[in-house]
Amino acid sequence: MSLDVPSELEKEIDERVTHYPVSKRSAVLPVLHALQHHYGFINEEAVEWTAAKLDLEPIKVLEVVTFYPGFRQSAPGKFHIRVCRTLSCAMAGSYELMESLCDKAGIDRSGVTHHNPIAVSPDGKFSIEFAECLASCGTGPVCLVNDDFHEAVSDVDGLLSHYQ
Amino acid sequence: MSAIYKSGKEPHAKEHRIIFKNVDREGWDPSLSMYETEGGYDQLKKAIKMEPSAITDEVKKAGLRGRGGAGFPAGVKWGFLPPNNEKPVYLICNADESEPGTFKDRYIIHQDPHQLVEGMVISCFAVGANLAYIYIREEFPEGAQILEKAIAEAHEKGYLGKDILGSGFDLEIYVHRGAGAYICGEETGLIESLEGKRPYPRIKPPYFPAAMGLYLCPTIVNNVETLCHVKHILEAGGEEWSKIGTPNNTGTRILCVSGDVQKPGYFEVEVGKVTMGELINDMCGGLKEGRSLKAVIPGGSSAKVLRADEVFTVGRGDDARELTIWDIPMDFDTLAACGSMAGSGGVIVIDDSRSISWVLNNINNFYAHESCGQCTPCREGSLWMKKITDRVVAGKASPSDIDTLDSVARNIDGRTICAFGEAASWPTESFVEKFRDELVADTNPELEDDLLNAEALTAAANLG
Repeated sequence: MSLDVPSELEKEIDERVTHYPVSKRSAVLPVLHALQHHYGFINEEAVEWTAAKLDLEPIKVLEVVTFYPGFRQSAPGKFHIRVCRTLSCAMAGSYELMESLCDKAGIDRSGVTHHNPIAVSPDGKFSIEFAECLASCGTGPVCLVNDDFHEAVSDVDGLLSHYQ
Repeated sequence: MSAIYKSGKEPHAKEHRIIFKNVDREGWDPSLSMYETEGGYDQLKKAIKMEPSAITDEVKKAGLRGRGGAGFPAGVKWGFLPPNNEKPVYLICNADESEPGTFKDRYIIHQDPHQLVEGMVISCFAVGANLAYIYIREEFPEGAQILEKAIAEAHEKGYLGKDILGSGFDLEIYVHRGAGAYICGEETGLIESLEGKRPYPRIKPPYFPAAMGLYLCPTIVNNVETLCHVKHILEAGGEEWSKIGTPNNTGTRILCVSGDVQKPGYFEVEVGKVTMGELINDMCGGLKEGRSLKAVIPGGSSAKVLRADEVFTVGRGDDARELTIWDIPMDFDTLAACGSMAGSGGVIVIDDSRSISWVLNNINNFYAHESCGQCTPCREGSLWMKKITDRVVAGKASPSDIDTLDSVARNIDGRTICAFGEAASWPTESFVEKFRDELVADTNPELEDDLLNAEALTAAANLG
């Protein structure tokens, strides 16, 4: 089955590819970002579509997808939360924040492993994972919800209620 | 025009704002029209009338040292471009800000993106690059949009694109988003990533980017803060700019303080003019109520830890003097003389409420997660260090595990393609050296004879 990419999205992707006049392969990350932004994650069809778009063997795309923590191979929730786990945020309470977010959003993280870092709520509304350093160490604990950045998070109910 | 800052965000009296002049300013916005109200792009107009080599000379005279972590002189780096080069030259702005404890580039990008764009255009003109990329970490989605907007605005005004301001100089800058990997902050890993590959760092020699970088062409990779400084160096003149700060540690730099202080935050100071004590006690409002200082990680989480009660001897011969942790001037050379580094400027303060085992374990988790896996000592060792400190924290380690931990670290350091090996092992090496007693106290002597943990026993059984 091949990926049915809307023409608007393909146009955006084609424009991105022009940013790399020397080597189309350089556009692997931007193409994957655009696809993940639209579909939520990168599946096999997306890998093949990207490979065809950039005249690459699919393995050259797959090895990128599997390396970078920023690419997901399974569906996240409607709102994907990334909680910073690294030292300054941990000192400011990011583990407690993770626990509280899971508790309120009904997410069970017991199945989380290094290669399977994302846990999704049963209703599919929220998913969550720990991220390494989000570079706002002075305002911890911080998290990203989709593309929105939140610092010094203390009101978990308030945060979740933004996303319905 | 003197700047007015938002209430509660005023710079501290000991700050010297150049790069962060417009951060948290009342009424300031990231648009080009705002930037132009205060001389925006005037330095570019000046630069394009200069000989490119004269710009490099000013940067050399200024003594500008790279703000990303290594502190290498930027002008010297530019000077490594091969003479009589006929290949295209590329410039890459490293905006992968990812060393734990560092959070300065975020504010430049969000609040003053044109400062970076102008610094980049001038730098590209100086090194002869017609194509440049800003490699920005994926976790700054808003930052990437702000930069793309700034680039479009600059294009429209003729500060970018073909024949910039009638100079005959062409330049395109594109924003390239990473995908959440710390190793992309390493310049050769970044280049591999920009080529669309896994970001496995390249070995140096021969792959020094200035000689063989992006697409194997000469490439200059500079940090956001470094490129911003180029504009100000041109404005002041290299000689004059070098009077800011202290000899061999010139200019300002942004220190980011996090952890156990009253008021964490960012402070732009003259390099070497502020001590650790002034930074923590005056600028950050001191430690938390009733707490005392245990340790400081002075330059991002890979910098070696400094213990609160250490006495450091710096200087040689007649210049030798003893410093306590509070007396250390925050500059490149003194922090190196104290056995650590100024690194990326990320200062993490640790008070007596913290368990050293827990802190080290958190750091080890980070490096185990971020090792790219290319070199065996780092790939395996970073995970072993994490597993050992996991056990220490859980009270399931034996005292001799601390020796094993140290030995693993010392077998990574110096045995890898890139400096990640040092970054991953220095925390463990320094924590074991300086806090051995505390780490050992968290172990269980009764486990000393259990040489194999359950995992190892299973593995051994499977070997038959």
